Amino acid sequence: MTSLTLIEFLIQQAINAISIGSLYALMAIGLAMVYGILRLINFAHGDLIMVGSYATLFLTIAGVPFWIAAVGGIAASGLTGLIMERVAYRPIRGAQDVSMLLTSFAVTIFLENMGILLFNPTSRPFPAPDFLNSALNFGALRVNSVDIIAIVVAGILLVLLTFFITRTDAGTSMRAVSQDLLASRLMGININRVFVTAFGIGSLLAGVVGILWSARVGKIDPLMGFYPVLKAFVASVIGGLGSLPGAVLGGYILGILEILLQGILPSFLTPFRDAFVFGILIILLLFRPNGLLGSTEKEKF
Amino acid sequence: MQTNEKKTLSSLVTGLILVAFFFGLLAFINLGTSSYIQRIVIGLCISIILVVSLNLSSGFTGVFSLGHIGFMAIGAYTAAILTLPLSLKLSYLPDLPAWLENTQLSFLPATIIGGVIAMLVALFIGISIMRLTGPYVSVATLGFMVIVNVVLTNWDSMTRGARTFSGVPPYTNLWWVGGWTVVTIYVIWRLARSSFGRQMMAIRDNYIAAQSLGINVLRMRLLAFCVSAFFTAVAGSLWAHFIQSFSPKAFLFDETFNIIIMLIVGGMGSISGSVIGVVGITILSEVLRNAERGVNLGFVQIPPVYGASQILMAVIFILLIIFRSEGIMGKRELDFSRIFSFLFRKTKRKEAASQ
Repeated sequence: MTSLTLIEFLIQQAINAISIGSLYALMAIGLAMVYGILRLINFAHGDLIMVGSYATLFLTIAGVPFWIAAVGGIAASGLTGLIMERVAYRPIRGAQDVSMLLTSFAVTIFLENMGILLFNPTSRPFPAPDFLNSALNFGALRVNSVDIIAIVVAGILLVLLTFFITRTDAGTSMRAVSQDLLASRLMGININRVFVTAFGIGSLLAGVVGILWSARVGKIDPLMGFYPVLKAFVASVIGGLGSLPGAVLGGYILGILEILLQGILPSFLTPFRDAFVFGILIILLLFRPNGLLGSTEKEKF
Repeated sequence: MQTNEKKTLSSLVTGLILVAFFFGLLAFINLGTSSYIQRIVIGLCISIILVVSLNLSSGFTGVFSLGHIGFMAIGAYTAAILTLPLSLKLSYLPDLPAWLENTQLSFLPATIIGGVIAMLVALFIGISIMRLTGPYVSVATLGFMVIVNVVLTNWDSMTRGARTFSGVPPYTNLWWVGGWTVVTIYVIWRLARSSFGRQMMAIRDNYIAAQSLGINVLRMRLLAFCVSAFFTAVAGSLWAHFIQSFSPKAFLFDETFNIIIMLIVGGMGSISGSVIGVVGITILSEVLRNAERGVNLGFVQIPPVYGASQILMAVIFILLIIFRSEGIMGKRELDFSRIFSFLFRKTKRKEAASQ
């Protein structure tokens, strides 16, 4: 292995940071969309990631080509998300924050144990095809193809989402609902359709993240989604819960922070990296209780 | 004034009767039941301590903490390190600092030290976390739990890292857990009934109105959080000396979910509700856990489905939130003096009738 110059090393780390940041950003958007309109912190987002990955895995095992399997996996995530909304979240809409938070916690416990029951708790290798799983060489630089693909996919999805949110009727009504649910209802916006759209988009994004994340890690298990989504919460809280640009910003900040900590922490402290990440979150909240881009609006009564 | 004094006296008497009844029950369980039942009751009392103390910060001040199990972990590990026999300590945790390596405390001081350390940690993180509102608090406390877990998993010289920490002396028995349960309920009940408690509830019900009345929101929340952390850590120590071997994995989301479901079932903001919730859920989960191993219904044999009890719990929980989100007791308390006077009057009437 040829030794890297400092610049090359930095580029490699930067790609690493941006790729993981992209995944966090996509997860954080899913969370922020749901939080923005429902005031619900959806812990079960991680399980949507799990569902998508397993659906892809099983479709591939059944002999379906990876492309179609991936689409099927994303669809499975979306479908699960919609069922979740209909069965668990719609009946408690408008309840206290805490009740909603706990319901999503319960949904998580439900889905994870279902996953353990149906799929076996041991982890399985993820059948990523070569284009998602090969090392690209640029001179001395070695970059994993999934990193590049994650960055590109996230970029495309972010552009599409921005277009959707700002230019389409559905997106506009979504923003209206997140600002004031009652007023938008009085304006004749179909609230249920907005909820379903937000959940659907968030869940589809979870499916995409699931496939990219699994390809990056190489294996999947029923609890695979919880921890990444916990980090994505941190990202969306850093950015400001419910703010979509904030979620993206938070996601990239978190990705960069992780790689940076990995690099600069002395080796005996690197296992504590996640503790530092959460510690920084707590300190940040002390100075900006609503996150970086969160609204300064106080709690409503 | 006289009625007030009378009231205090009668609530004192009621309290004493309840405590006597409780210890009588424990004595009966100690002598008259199998060790299986005894173990369930010990677990139940530990859960009561956990849920009642979680109730103080979540139910009474409205700071919904998802990270309380972090304090339990602190209490468990601190107390276990302190009570571990010296010979074991030398082979188990050879990298401890010398003063700790040569210290072995008995159960009570170790438990209290664990509680105090958790309390100091709560004070330290609470100064920042307790300024937040709503979902931010929950996420931040969850972050705290993750931090505790990461530290426990990686601090090899103190905690043996991810490996099992075993050999903790089995000090916990019915009397210890019973005693601590009574102390916890008494302290938190007194706190909730004091002017502090009124201020806490005012904060829970309307943050801004409470502030405008001159209530120091941060200080009240910190008080609740720290007291709550102390007792949670005590429960951790009791649990550690009951279960004897454990690893950091025990203090994560599953346990968090278990105590939260008990809290919600009983009713947030009601101490007697918490006790009812714990008893109900413990019995239910014990039944479900047995059912998980397969049930013979006579005509059909249901095969064992491991993990099904957690799934069922989650379903029950979701249904509960949808149909009765305030739990069994809501914010009300069982009024024992009323119950007693009701029973007493009945017997009186019977006596009158027989004469």
